[in-house]
Amino acid sequence: MLKAIPGDLVDVIAGEGGAASPEYMDMLRAQFGLDRPDWAQFLAYVRQLGHFDLGYSFRHNMPISQLILDRLPATLLLIGAAVALAVGLGLLLGALAARFRGGLVDQAVSVFAAVVFATPVFWIGLMAIVLFAVQLRWFPLGGMTQIGGPPGVLGAVGDIAYHLVLPASTLSLAYLALYARVTRAAMGEVYDLDYVRTARAKGISEARIAIRHVLRNALLPVVTLSGLQLGSVLGGAVVVETVFSWPGMGRLAFEAVSDRDINLLLSLFLCNSLLVIVMSLVIDLLYGVLDPRVELAS
Amino acid sequence: MSPSLLEVRELSIGFAAARGVVSAVERLSFDIAPGETLALVGESGCGKTVTGLSLMGLLPSARIGGSARLAGQEVLGLTPRQRRKHRGAPIAMVFQDPLTSLNPVMTIGAQLVEAIRADRPVSRREAADYALHLLERVRIPAPRQRLGEYPHRLSGGMRQRVVIALALAQRPALLIADEPTTALDVTIQAQILQLLLELKNENGMALLLITHDLAVVSETADRVLVMRHGQAVEEQPVIPFFEAPRHPYSRGLIAARPQPRPRFGPRPRLPELVDSGEFAG
Repeated sequence: MLKAIPGDLVDVIAGEGGAASPEYMDMLRAQFGLDRPDWAQFLAYVRQLGHFDLGYSFRHNMPISQLILDRLPATLLLIGAAVALAVGLGLLLGALAARFRGGLVDQAVSVFAAVVFATPVFWIGLMAIVLFAVQLRWFPLGGMTQIGGPPGVLGAVGDIAYHLVLPASTLSLAYLALYARVTRAAMGEVYDLDYVRTARAKGISEARIAIRHVLRNALLPVVTLSGLQLGSVLGGAVVVETVFSWPGMGRLAFEAVSDRDINLLLSLFLCNSLLVIVMSLVIDLLYGVLDPRVELAS
Repeated sequence: MSPSLLEVRELSIGFAAARGVVSAVERLSFDIAPGETLALVGESGCGKTVTGLSLMGLLPSARIGGSARLAGQEVLGLTPRQRRKHRGAPIAMVFQDPLTSLNPVMTIGAQLVEAIRADRPVSRREAADYALHLLERVRIPAPRQRLGEYPHRLSGGMRQRVVIALALAQRPALLIADEPTTALDVTIQAQILQLLLELKNENGMALLLITHDLAVVSETADRVLVMRHGQAVEEQPVIPFFEAPRHPYSRGLIAARPQPRPRFGPRPRLPELVDSGEFAG
């Protein structure tokens, strides 16, 4: 698809340079291998992969593997924080809504979830910046660290956490809404089951019923869903990282598109696929922990 | 008759429906003496189960009228909190389907301990010991091992034993058994009924047995209460009930059973008996 967009990396570089002769541009194309036909370029790329070599980004003048490794921790941190927040708050809100079904809390959660889920992530991000960074000045505008930030390891951790608040909450909101809705629906079904009546007959408290009997059994569909959603969290990270200038893989991908840096982009796709596969594996293993009926063959 | 353990007077249960209130039970009155077994029989939908659930306070959305006194204490008008404190101890219930009555993600032991500790403040260790004792009392093989197992590992009959153990956890004075054998095959049915009777005699519990199976009734009950369309139609001790049912509907129920020596021709079906002129009385 990227090939269908007019222009290539050389056009970008030449455009930035201001003046470049056609001869110079041809020379660059030959150096980057862009003069060969598309299929040959792709074959060359796949051959490199066979040697576990992701190739070289001429745009950044760095090996792509190093480029990605530099950015990976930032993205993992952002996604991890966002998913943790979404699962934690989503379960809580969904459980409260299911427990007090039809009540004020339930309606508030439903409306909140519908609104948030329907709002584009980038718009939420921009509004968060306007409100919390520009107007209230509670949080920084963007970036991951402050230049000349607080000294020491603890200071650095605190600084990153401080920068993380807005992007992570923005990224988590849509998923939070989704988890809240799924949790509420799953718990609603479990509430009608016979063993909940058995639990009630024991005379234990409603809170205990909600947590130990209902929520515990409703977790399975929620986990299934979050497994399916992980891929799209990576997609959401592209938008959020761009809005908050978070130095992660998502922003790298965005830059790669605008720079027509095809090698880099292909490698990013590959890495994302690997991440999704690993996360799906983790989810599958989680089933074994959550549901005693699923037994892992040893 | 000895003084009643449970006195139900004019019990009415209705459910709010799209148009008005659908009545499930109307002005039902009965008594159960300590240690007695009362069988509540009738067709599907006649209000048997709902009666049991209302005594347990497990019908939050129903409109319940009348009174039910257990050892002199009203059990119908209680707030949810009072009801919870009361429920386990004096009344417990065994449910219809053992396959779905246990939480699939909690071990048998954890579910028993939860019931024991809901009733009285004992340590986990004491509760675990008592859970083992309960499983022994319901005669489950290898009880110690069962404590750590999940319900899906157990057969239907064993699960029903666990459900009975759960009901016994709070030493009830009255046990409501709602079709306790419906989901089980015939040999297991006999074992579970035998177990219920033994436990009843050991503990001096009263038993309210909800069933549509007259064979079960004849083997276990002291008295029989027949319900139809939410109303009591006949109440008698069990032997006179089978020898000389007073109400035509009861005669219909008894006649609808399979006979050991079938008469020629089709056996009369309940609606035919009911619709014939016989039922006018």
